[in-house]
Amino acid sequence: MKTKIRIATTSLGGCFGCHMSLLDLDERLIPLAELIEFDRSPLTDIEHCTNCDIGLIEGGVCNSENVHVLREFRKNCKILVAVGACAITGGLPAMRNFIPLEECLAESYLRGIGVENAQIPNDLELPLLLDKVRPLHEVVKVDYFLPGCPPSAEVFWTFLNDLIAGREPSLPYECVHYD
Amino acid sequence: MQAFVKNIAEENQYKATHLLRILHAIQAHYHYIPKPAIEQLASLLNIARTQIIGVIEFYSFFHLSPRGRYELLISDSITDHLLGKHALTDYLAIKLNVAVGEVRTDGLVSLDNTSCTGLCDQGPAGLVNGYALPHLDHARIDQISELINQQTPVALWPSQLFQVDDHIIKPGLLLNHPLTPGEALQSTFKRGLVATLAELDTSALRGRGGAGFKTASKWQYCRDEPENQRYVVCNADEGEPGTFKDRVLLNSYAQQVIEGMTVCAAIIGAQQGFLYLRGEYLFLYDKLQQVLVERRQQGLLGNNILNSGLDFDIDICLGAGAYICGEESALIESLEGKMGIPRNRPPYPVTQGYLGKPTVVNNVETFLAAAAIAHLGGDWFASIGTGQSKGTKILSISGDCAKPGIYEYAFGTPIETILNDCGAEELLGVQIGGPSGLFISDLELQRKLAFEDLATGGSFIIFNKHRNLLDIVNNFTRFFAHESCGFCTPCRVGTSLLKNQLAKIIDGHGSAGDVVALEELCVLVKNYSHCGLGQTAANPIISTLARFPELYQSRLKNISYEPGFDLDASLENARQLANRNDAAAHLTQVEQD
Repeated sequence: MKTKIRIATTSLGGCFGCHMSLLDLDERLIPLAELIEFDRSPLTDIEHCTNCDIGLIEGGVCNSENVHVLREFRKNCKILVAVGACAITGGLPAMRNFIPLEECLAESYLRGIGVENAQIPNDLELPLLLDKVRPLHEVVKVDYFLPGCPPSAEVFWTFLNDLIAGREPSLPYECVHYD
Repeated sequence: MQAFVKNIAEENQYKATHLLRILHAIQAHYHYIPKPAIEQLASLLNIARTQIIGVIEFYSFFHLSPRGRYELLISDSITDHLLGKHALTDYLAIKLNVAVGEVRTDGLVSLDNTSCTGLCDQGPAGLVNGYALPHLDHARIDQISELINQQTPVALWPSQLFQVDDHIIKPGLLLNHPLTPGEALQSTFKRGLVATLAELDTSALRGRGGAGFKTASKWQYCRDEPENQRYVVCNADEGEPGTFKDRVLLNSYAQQVIEGMTVCAAIIGAQQGFLYLRGEYLFLYDKLQQVLVERRQQGLLGNNILNSGLDFDIDICLGAGAYICGEESALIESLEGKMGIPRNRPPYPVTQGYLGKPTVVNNVETFLAAAAIAHLGGDWFASIGTGQSKGTKILSISGDCAKPGIYEYAFGTPIETILNDCGAEELLGVQIGGPSGLFISDLELQRKLAFEDLATGGSFIIFNKHRNLLDIVNNFTRFFAHESCGFCTPCRVGTSLLKNQLAKIIDGHGSAGDVVALEELCVLVKNYSHCGLGQTAANPIISTLARFPELYQSRLKNISYEPGFDLDASLENARQLANRNDAAAHLTQVEQD
């Protein structure tokens, strides 16, 4: 049997909407599953990447853990793909970039409605927040960008089939036209 | 305040087209535009208050929050950098106890940077409450600081602080023979308007702002438009860093420039003209008004000029610190009291310009030359120059040379000749045509000054071998990001991305793919921007990348990728807030194996 293309996926500062959109491939998932297999992904529960062909990442880089995960993907994936608006631009979470971090945390943990024993969380287990939410390509080298919020199932289908067939991926106009 | 604003609005006949003048007066008086004034103006001029706020935010010289009663701006042009601007600004900030970009707590003084003030041959330069301060040095800064701290009104400051020199080093065809006022008009009326336009055609004069459109054609198109009202506009919004020839022409040759405008008015049939003077040249405003008064007294302006039946007069409009207004359609928008956002072209101003009427917009130098041609004929002018570039070009030369100033050369002159004349040594290269032009290296000195080779609006900045090329490119790229009008995305976002990507490489965070990414970005900004600003904003990078690729490559790290910002430093706030400093509270800049 032919070796399957190995794909890892994760969400950093994202909402999993891009993952849901991937699942919108519906019945096309079945032929796709003939060609690919999943490595680290919310779909498999594998905790760390091993050698993969493709890494799909949704969400921007919000905290130090995101940096570590992103680096793990970069190190283990031959092709790294920024999936969706947040991964490409920072997206909605990046709206906090215009507010000082101190104010953001105070609003949530000190002044928020119903907060008791108000304090900024400082457990060693918690990743620290970056000053600004960053798109993936400002932290590691990214090979491809799939635009959309989320990218449609058609985008995933076209992109993955192109890559699997060894073609330079190219998205038709309808796939990247939003109004 | 209400009475003050009402008074100014009344002086301006409640015209919305006069919004910039009105805002200038309010800004000068209050050192910002107070909110109640905006509300009041909106109702007096019958325009939306958001439109007024838009205009205030658009122009660098208007402010929504108070500036100091002494507002100091220091020119951030590369030519000022070469002359030691950074150290002087630091000194000034210490002397006045105010940080750059801030207003001192007592409200007396504010300090900030501004784009090129057009005093490149006598910098570092600045502005105080709009008035030009050339030749800044430690002694002058001591003096200025004292005047401010003693609260001496700017009008009473020693005049030598404001002494701006012409520095005409090499006059030529035009500068050597200024016309006597009225000469060109007399010749025009004597010869006839159509015949004079034919002379202009024979002269093959092309626009001197840089684009080089044939002047006679422009005037002909405007004349041919079936409209009753037409306008003549003189573009004196000389904002291209390194250009200052128009300042000198308006200081010492204003009669002839205005005569050129009047000849144009006679030929195209205009009753009204405008001289759009960049805000940085406020010090020329009164002097130019005086020239207009004199010409009216001599019958050279106003009703029935020289008994020819021509009625024509000129208004001077002040810009307010926006480079983009040098683009002719943005300039017209600004003349109409709006934000200086370039229009779609076509229709060109010759068909739909000021208030939608046919309008000729020409550069200061073009009107100067047109006046001379109207008097002396087309052959006189066309007898020198090259095939496609007739006559002479007036250059503003600054940077690393012994004799910065104004030079006039016949088209076709090799760059080497010009560099020898102005005393340039140990050459790295020359920026021709300002940041939007071209950087040529010391290997291209046989190239010629001409539209068919090196076209220029007149900016000529020389750099010697001790200068850091990437610092120069960085200055130019930041300039465009600052001056982008914000209308179209490729330019608004693209110029900032160019700035950031270049900074990443210069700061030593770049790696193999970053120069390629920079090149791709250049192509995008150049090809997709709405107007000339965006289309040329990448030129400093493109022209230096082509000539000095090794300089860019030498800044790159030999790794596949590194972030363009300090990762660990961006956790510092979070560390402070969580009071942590354990190993997990830190990040390395690149991944450690």
